[in-house]
Amino acid sequence: MSQRSAPEPAGGTFSPDGVLVSGLTLSIGGTMILDGVDLEVPPGQVTGLAGESGSGKTMTGMAICGLQPHNSAVGGSIRFAGRELVGMAEREINRLRGAEIAMIFQDPSAGLHPMISIQGQLTDHLRYHRGVSRSQARERAIELLEQVRVPDPAGALKRYPHQFSGGQLQRISIAAALACGPKVLIADEPTTALDVTVQAGVLRLLRDLCDDLGLAIILVTHDLGVMSAVADTVAVMRNGKVVENGRRYDVIRNPQHPYTKALIEALPDHQGPSDHKEARS
Amino acid sequence: MTDGLVLDRASVTYRQSLGHSLTAVDGVSLQIGSGEVVGLVGESGCGKSTLARAVCGLERLSAGSVSFDGAPVGRLGLRKREQSLLRIQMIFQNPYASLNPRRRIGQQIEDARKINPGDAPRVAELLAQVEIEPSAVNRFPHEFSGGQRQRIAIARAVASGPDLLIGDEPIASLDASLQARVATLLRDVAVRAGASLLFISHDLAIVRLIATRVLVMRSGRIIEEGPTERIWNDPQQPYTKRLLKAIPVADGLGRLPEIDELVD
Amino acid sequence: MSTLTQPPETGASDFDALLARRRFRWPRIWRQPLMIIGSVVIALWLLVAIFAPLLEPQNPLAQGSARLTAPSAAHWFGTDTLGRDVLSRIIAGSRVSLPLAIVLVILSMVLGSILGALAGYLGRVVDEVIMRITDLVFAFPTIILAMVVAAALGPGLQNAVLALLLVSWPQYARVMRSMVIGARNNEYVVAGRLLGAGVATSLIRDVLPNVIAPILVLATLDFGNAILLFSGLSFLGLGTVPPTPEWGSMVSDGVKQFSSWWIATFSGMAIFSIVVAFNFLGDSLRDVLDPRSQRTVGGRSI
Repeated sequence: MSQRSAPEPAGGTFSPDGVLVSGLTLSIGGTMILDGVDLEVPPGQVTGLAGESGSGKTMTGMAICGLQPHNSAVGGSIRFAGRELVGMAEREINRLRGAEIAMIFQDPSAGLHPMISIQGQLTDHLRYHRGVSRSQARERAIELLEQVRVPDPAGALKRYPHQFSGGQLQRISIAAALACGPKVLIADEPTTALDVTVQAGVLRLLRDLCDDLGLAIILVTHDLGVMSAVADTVAVMRNGKVVENGRRYDVIRNPQHPYTKALIEALPDHQGPSDHKEARS
Repeated sequence: MTDGLVLDRASVTYRQSLGHSLTAVDGVSLQIGSGEVVGLVGESGCGKSTLARAVCGLERLSAGSVSFDGAPVGRLGLRKREQSLLRIQMIFQNPYASLNPRRRIGQQIEDARKINPGDAPRVAELLAQVEIEPSAVNRFPHEFSGGQRQRIAIARAVASGPDLLIGDEPIASLDASLQARVATLLRDVAVRAGASLLFISHDLAIVRLIATRVLVMRSGRIIEEGPTERIWNDPQQPYTKRLLKAIPVADGLGRLPEIDELVD
Repeated sequence: MSTLTQPPETGASDFDALLARRRFRWPRIWRQPLMIIGSVVIALWLLVAIFAPLLEPQNPLAQGSARLTAPSAAHWFGTDTLGRDVLSRIIAGSRVSLPLAIVLVILSMVLGSILGALAGYLGRVVDEVIMRITDLVFAFPTIILAMVVAAALGPGLQNAVLALLLVSWPQYARVMRSMVIGARNNEYVVAGRLLGAGVATSLIRDVLPNVIAPILVLATLDFGNAILLFSGLSFLGLGTVPPTPEWGSMVSDGVKQFSSWWIATFSGMAIFSIVVAFNFLGDSLRDVLDPRSQRTVGGRSI
């Protein structure tokens, strides 16, 4: 494990608005899925979690959200806002999730109810967590849609998920995640299902939200190109462990761990275009 | 008679409810000569998958024609596929759905070998070509990872001795670290088997690695076409330029890909 | 190729394989108490049916004893209106009810599955015709339709099975059709067609093995239903012909002699136990084999 100096010192001085994960373990039926994950997620930064499928990166995001599978055993510590999330009562986690910690997923339509209008999806969160009135909630919903740059916010409120494109839906699910003003946003492969041109817009949006609102964003993705574009720090996971963790430039340009090197070597930018003669032979 | 695949102003129109119709492929003409490796790029909904399905006879053409080695490609109905059209094979996007989960992979490759007109390579050789251990023949698809399954699907397609392979986003559901590897493997295996390859992807960076010629598709039409390096270095169409600019580069510099905010 | 680095794939494959293997591991079934109870009860009844002649304390058709005696040491479950031993008749009845239910379920499963698969795979006219027939059958309450058919054909075991077969295949056809429609556009089915498979090969090799599990679950759940329907017909006098011991007709006799509670109670309990046992088995199988099938199978009504 080649752990480098992380951007902020761990321990007591860590900002209370961030998330501090240390020694997180998770096992399902005796199988170790996470094997001692250490991660710092400071506010105002995008913390990237990279790795291949099965490396445990999604499960780490889920565990921080308190969404681990029912039959799993979680150990270690996840500290957020001066509180310990591991072992916290279901009710308290439910209150935190959505209000303080929000999550968006790869498939934007999966997180939105197909039969409820966008207004309903955006205001239900607010009214549940914040207890605001209907008209206030509506104003806030319009504000949110403006924030995620959905065109014609007032009109969009009346429509239903199937009437939007994938990119717009992902923006709307980001708006829903932001509804209650969370401090932490976990984005699990948020752009993997999107086209590159749409992806670019969503990445830019995530970066802006992080900078403007001081959100602590955890970006889970297997795409190092995406990672390089928005993440401030990158943690590379493999087999439930963080094998390398450091600043974006260091990890991508000068990887220390052989696994990280292999991941970067495998990208198309590192392989020249085909040798046509070889291809024809 | 023309060699290879020829599409002449082919269109596919889907009828939708209330008299609306959607033209997924709109008068596409193209040719793929034997042994050629051609990339087809475009974003979701541009009709590239429909085009692939039409080439295999899985869609009904509303206009134009598709022919292969001079023989017209008709729609595959309830009859068996015509002998001459078995030379066109497809590799699908979803590695988890492209192999029958209840049959051993050896059996599935064996099915494909049976239709090979010449001497089909042995199953073990085919697996070796796609870097899967020959001892895997008796295993079931669920015992393999997504990347391995996709390579098995490639082995199956090649076992039938195809003259044209179509990869419909074959790498889109794989980890980024595997995409380039599986794509080059597909190219190499196809070339070695003497088949031409139509590689469909939304990712120009990957297509650039393997294709000699690239077609850019948008809203059912081919809007730009040319040698790969020319398209990569000197795109003519604004759409192609935008596609290229939007590709995130893993350079560690934190550069956000450029976008045109109006287009989403 | 050799110059390319090889990012390890083993982690992913191990994980995948592990998850998949766990889903299909058989012992997990046996961790469900309902499964164990159901299987034990069914096994006991099968043993009873096989060894019935050895287990019957008396000849189930002999009318030698006193009529309508309450349960006692000599007649554990009492005697009926003709002085026949109720316990012996229940034991003998298992040789009638169980095999009939099994035959009925297998026949309707095979018939329904074939028709449903054809409807789903071929679509168009075939689909329309088969599905409108199922609608027709579904439009009538099951037992009434079976009654009408059985009455038209005349009483007797064979006719009762025919009548029940006629009313019970459509549910299999419906489930099978929807499963086949879901499966026929799977990429591996299309790949099979592209490799030259005809409709029959495609259906038998690629489609059916992947959709058969919910049908088997439905069949297990339907065993109980079949026994109930059959008992119902016998209760109405349309199933077995009188001297034959059959549970449904015994309940029917018992109801007529209301003060002699033991006749209807014990035969009713025999029906109840086997029906519940098969339901336990079916429910557990469904949960273990495929949780997603719950909606497809569970939504039907009796």
